[in-house]
Amino acid sequence: MTDLLQLTFSGIATGSIYALAALGFTLLWQASGTINFAQGEFVMLPAFAMLFFAAQGAPLPVAFVLTIAVAVAVLGWAFKRGVVDPLFRHGMMAIVVATIGLSIAMRNGVRIYSADAHPFPSLFADKLLRVGGVTVSLADAGTLAFALVLVVATQAFLARTLTGRAMQAVAQNTESAAVLGINVPLMILYTFAINAVLACAAALLVTPVYFGKFDMGESLGTKAFFAAVIGGFNNSRGALLGGVIVGIGENLAAAYISPAYKDAVALALFMVVILFKPQGLLGRKEERKV
Amino acid sequence: MKKALIALAVAALGSMPALAQQTIKIANIVELSGPGTTSGTNFKNGVELAVREINAAGGILGRRIETSTVDTQSNPGVAKGLTQKAVDQDVFAVFGPVFSGSIMVSMAETRRAEIPNFTGGEAAAITTQGNPYIFRTSFTQATAMPKIARYITDQAKAKTLSLIYVNNDFGKGGRDMLMKALEKSQTKIVADVSTESAQVDFSAAVLRARQANPDAIFVYTNEEESARVLRELRKQGWTKPVIGETVLTSQKVIELAGEAANGAVAHVGLTVDAPIPAMRAFRAKFEREYKYITDHNGIKGYTGMYVLKAAIEKVGKLDRKAVAKAMHGLKLRVADHPGILMDVEFDKNGDLDRDSFLTEVRNGKQEVTATLPPLSRK
Repeated sequence: MTDLLQLTFSGIATGSIYALAALGFTLLWQASGTINFAQGEFVMLPAFAMLFFAAQGAPLPVAFVLTIAVAVAVLGWAFKRGVVDPLFRHGMMAIVVATIGLSIAMRNGVRIYSADAHPFPSLFADKLLRVGGVTVSLADAGTLAFALVLVVATQAFLARTLTGRAMQAVAQNTESAAVLGINVPLMILYTFAINAVLACAAALLVTPVYFGKFDMGESLGTKAFFAAVIGGFNNSRGALLGGVIVGIGENLAAAYISPAYKDAVALALFMVVILFKPQGLLGRKEERKV
Repeated sequence: MKKALIALAVAALGSMPALAQQTIKIANIVELSGPGTTSGTNFKNGVELAVREINAAGGILGRRIETSTVDTQSNPGVAKGLTQKAVDQDVFAVFGPVFSGSIMVSMAETRRAEIPNFTGGEAAAITTQGNPYIFRTSFTQATAMPKIARYITDQAKAKTLSLIYVNNDFGKGGRDMLMKALEKSQTKIVADVSTESAQVDFSAAVLRARQANPDAIFVYTNEEESARVLRELRKQGWTKPVIGETVLTSQKVIELAGEAANGAVAHVGLTVDAPIPAMRAFRAKFEREYKYITDHNGIKGYTGMYVLKAAIEKVGKLDRKAVAKAMHGLKLRVADHPGILMDVEFDKNGDLDRDSFLTEVRNGKQEVTATLPPLSRK
């Protein structure tokens, strides 16, 4: 029983990491109708940026703030102008393919700089908490708490603020939104800027576990995508639910079925959800004009 | 003016063969860019340090050594092409590449040209193909695992052992060798846990290994995964021995795992921290020359060059075939050849056997705790 609990808690911790990356998928989808398959690399690049600033002598909080500034410019504005804007009118497929290409370019670009794994300072003290025979590290608990806050905040922003609702309106029907007087390009820019900030936050929490490495985004991006689909692509809370389900499922399968099937769990869940509830567990059916 | 220069250059080229007879040409074909950069650079620096010393002491059989260095970019195809080029330039011996994937393809060229080729590669398959011109500068899994198995049974006195390995060529190869080595011993393997490369969450793997209630856990994964396993073991309160081979106590793992690395034990073939005066002296020389401390690849290059020198001197003439033949079954003692740093013997395949070391991580540093005798010595 203790073992089962331990596995579940570890799964939740891993799941909240997936959720942080999955949040970016759901945000971009809800607010701009695009899918970014370079989402994992969007987490990897800020990790390296923070390591770079830290190497120049900046303390972690300063490095984080500097990285957000750079990320909003590069992963927000430049990504929108350079990749999404020119391809938007060619439909979703063009953007999907372009972001897959972008992810390969980013991985190998960083690989030239360094192919090694780099340790990353944790936000939380290196402490272990023992609760009823189950060990949870402070970092695990902290990551989960942070993920929860970010998910709730994103959801609240999209649903309850005027800007957030305007962003959703733009994604659902760009023309009507324009007719209603919404500044469409600005809303889309907001979306990408927020996505960049979320990626930085994810990098800050994820990298102490994943280590800063050029290919850290590869598995993270894939798992996050599965998590987002399972939870529901048009719901930020779905990202968290999907992430946690994948995290726990992987751990239980590895312990009780076979470690060799660990990576297949996310895929199997993904297929089941796609077959029986294509909009995801928390997602709702929606009609949109692309 | 231009013509005069060209004429001069041609004249210089023309006089090269006469000069070449006075020198022994050695080609360094190593990884100077790409993922193998660290390994290749250390290996090359080791070779060049040895060459400078040998030349300063009068060369080999009275001839100076002349080295050339080229970059394989950690790419097997490039390595093969560069080796072909070195063969065309009529070198006496080739050092490198260090990466197993590269030497596996490039050694066909040196074999065809009958040129002795020293490699830092550690894959078992390199020396199982009957190539009489390939020589190692370090152990393979086939040598290292029986040594660590002997330690697990005799010194650590583990009656039961859980295995956590990474499911790739490296991990499976090592696991199979260890299982074979433990087959007839007192140690029983009670859990055999496969993990994936780049796996992040090791809670289930560690739990499985722990549930079997073994006396020790053996961890055989790459650097990052090893660090994560060590962290998870600490988290789940594992206090019995954690044993590994080379990777587990490496600087990178210590750097990544932090506190959790303390107490981990591993066998290493070569380390500059070995409690041997000659090794200490080498470490100091290397640091003086290059302003950093080398990993085991620097030792491989350095000792490899001195082994070649000893083999040539044994033959007494610059005959590649005779030198390669003499290398098989060659036994060298530090007393006679100080540059080899440790007594070493080569078998008929080009594999080597010598002392190796047991290391433990203490206070975030790898420390050598014991010297393990060569396999051939019981």
